[in-house]
Amino acid sequence: MSAAVPQERDSPAAEGAPLLRLESITKRFPGVLALDQVDFELRPGEVHVLFGENGAGKSTLISIVAGALRPDAGSVAFRGEPIQLHSVHHARSLGISAVFQEFSLVPQMTVEENLFLGAEATSGGLLNKRELHRRAEAILDRLGFPLRPRQQVGFLARAEQQMVEIAKAFRAELSVLILDEPTASLTERETDQLFRLIEQVRREGVGVIYITHRMSEIRRIGDRITVLRDGRYVATVPADSAEEELVRLMTGRVIEQIFPQIASSPGRAMLEVEQLSTVDGTVRGVGFAVRTGEVVGLAGLVGSGKSEVARACFGLVPLAAGRVRFDGADMTGASPRQMLERGFFYVPPDRRSEGLVMMRSVRENTTLASLDLPEFSSGPWLKRAAERQAAQRLAERLNLQPPRIERAVDHFSGGNQQKVLLAKSLTREVKLFAFDEPTVGVDVGTRVAIYQFIKELCERGSAILLISSDLPEILHLAHRVYVMYRGTLRAELTGEAIKQETVVGHFFAREAA
Amino acid sequence: MTQIGADPEVGGAAVPARPALRFLQIAFIRLGVLPFLLLIAIVVFTLLSDNFLTQRNLLNVARQSTYLIMVSMGQMFALLTGGFDLSVGTTLAITSVVCATAMAAAHVAMPDAVALAVALGLLAGFGAGLSIGIVNGVGVALFNVSPFMMTLGMASIGFGIALYMTGGVPVYGMPTAFGDIFGFGSWLGIPAPVYFTAALIVLLYLLVNWTRLGRYFYAVGGNIKAARLSGINTRLTLFTAYVLCGGMASISGLLLTARLETGEANIGASMPLESIAACVIAGVSLRGGVGRVENVVLGALFIGLIQNGMNLARIESYLQTVVIGVLLILAVVADQLRLRYMAGARE
Repeated sequence: MSAAVPQERDSPAAEGAPLLRLESITKRFPGVLALDQVDFELRPGEVHVLFGENGAGKSTLISIVAGALRPDAGSVAFRGEPIQLHSVHHARSLGISAVFQEFSLVPQMTVEENLFLGAEATSGGLLNKRELHRRAEAILDRLGFPLRPRQQVGFLARAEQQMVEIAKAFRAELSVLILDEPTASLTERETDQLFRLIEQVRREGVGVIYITHRMSEIRRIGDRITVLRDGRYVATVPADSAEEELVRLMTGRVIEQIFPQIASSPGRAMLEVEQLSTVDGTVRGVGFAVRTGEVVGLAGLVGSGKSEVARACFGLVPLAAGRVRFDGADMTGASPRQMLERGFFYVPPDRRSEGLVMMRSVRENTTLASLDLPEFSSGPWLKRAAERQAAQRLAERLNLQPPRIERAVDHFSGGNQQKVLLAKSLTREVKLFAFDEPTVGVDVGTRVAIYQFIKELCERGSAILLISSDLPEILHLAHRVYVMYRGTLRAELTGEAIKQETVVGHFFAREAA
Repeated sequence: MTQIGADPEVGGAAVPARPALRFLQIAFIRLGVLPFLLLIAIVVFTLLSDNFLTQRNLLNVARQSTYLIMVSMGQMFALLTGGFDLSVGTTLAITSVVCATAMAAAHVAMPDAVALAVALGLLAGFGAGLSIGIVNGVGVALFNVSPFMMTLGMASIGFGIALYMTGGVPVYGMPTAFGDIFGFGSWLGIPAPVYFTAALIVLLYLLVNWTRLGRYFYAVGGNIKAARLSGINTRLTLFTAYVLCGGMASISGLLLTARLETGEANIGASMPLESIAACVIAGVSLRGGVGRVENVVLGALFIGLIQNGMNLARIESYLQTVVIGVLLILAVVADQLRLRYMAGARE
């Protein structure tokens, strides 16, 4: 409503006078209670980390603070004054700015046009382009981002687009900065840059709400941590709390209860890859092997090419060079259909965009990859009774809730959709399962079920390739770990060497070298 | 104002409590807009004209609707895969012109071999119509041309060729047996085109619901990436959809030529709009992945019914196109409303 609130320049240690106070915030969506009487407090000059699993309510909470969602109940106070945030615009006028994971950029527009979208400077009703350009340069200079204001956003790398998104928050006076996993696609240098920036605004008395899953970042910049679980407030603890304690708070379980012990009995090599490179350059000269009866982890940052390796083997990304052997046969350049026939099943990370046909039923999705088998069809004709039985059986085995196989997948919860995706892989004989981020966006219960599923498959002699950005998942499940960095294979770790420090150590570049 | 949303009544659920309304809403979510429209149309036209609800007239509607039913079923395949075909009208036209020209020429060359001439004409016409579908399929599936541009371009090309071949004049000279059998023939009091249509409905119903290919249309239209990851040949599936669409439009063109007893470049101009309208009214999603053969048949019948009813009620033909356009938009709006209700009722 009003113009930007003048910046308070008091010391960061001004405790007792919170910048922002949320009390018993409740938010209901159709079918889910996203937030259940959550309290949250942000002091000026503090970096307050929001911690919790996917679906814990972090995103809903910051959406409320940013004015994008309105709570069903509860109160928000800003600088001691009760307020009702009725739009993102309103929040911005108070200096509350959010950088969400999903970008709100127009790819056809330039950096400067995006920066001031909705807040363009005008003179006499016309755009004041010179003024906009000047201000855009000033913001980018201050942030130290290597972007040119007249670049078209669509041509920027993801990390650069992230910078534009962050820069947008700085176009007006700031009082609260919300960052939702901002480093997910940044390199180490860009991350350092961002952290210096956070340090700078913190000293100016800005309160920062920071969402991350990475322990190292919490240690580096966090002051306090508020843990959410299943939409409820769990605790607020200092940033130097022990990791085990945080995991316990986050999941409500100790680590041993989440991750099963998987017995390893490596047999013959199922997938052998030599010197693999893709046409688009996301994978360069990668070689590795997966044997029967073992879980092989593929770790690395987002954009390191770990997902592309599996996709290239499965025939989804065109190969430039290298060889792929599967089950003893040369399958270089084979199509997904040929790989499926051989017994290679790739479970994609994004079930909505790649995994499932959302508006079709569980039954149709379950059998989609196996309709060529004599079990489900003869000639062109489908055997619908057999199909229904198979889908029903798998729904029971994976405990689909509710167990209604004729329902559209769209109408199930995220965890149950993930079960349908897993069920798909059980309709044919599979020798190697490649799970790409198998537990993204599922609750703890489903997560445990998925790990149990992987354990059973592995111990029955299947080869498992586990691609994950979730480090604990890799550390606790994999018998061998390959670490990817910028399209190349950095390291192979086995046994005792599979530790957080070693794996993370290989995540980042030693660029000076 | 300390409390936010303290009053639970404000901004609460918008679901009506009255049971009658609630029932209507559930029926609407389950069945879509078509049953309601059919019911309203039948009531209105029965009131407007005494001749409407007679066996003779209804049989007439069935016969008149056959051409649109066939085209609409073809159109459904394009829509199922997430595209559409704007060239169905042109396909009708070029089929008609090529069929008539070839048949007339064959008839002149071999006046005694009527059956051969008819067969040659049918083959030539069907081949010409099918080739439009093939070109569409190649463009969309292989070269990733948007269905909009591809089929719009083909509509122009086909129409141009048809006009060029005939100079805009109807083609005469087909053996009368052709029209007598395929256009005006009847058996047990039911017109021949109805039999053809019924056979095609059964065939396509089986194809869509009981074959792998049928399932793949839904998968490709619903989520082409997921289909690809499931080992489905997505290009071939897309290609087949457009070929099927062209084939159906072509058969419709052949039967319509028999009925008119001339080859005409101007038939089918209203087909793209009407066939898409029939599908959309029948609940086929414009985003792909959703639609049923039996509903599309009903949708096309509904449009035939409306046209017939308006004729009986002596509504001017210019105004009739207005009504069809209004119905199409209404159906899309209703579809959106339905999605919204569905999201609301998901709990």
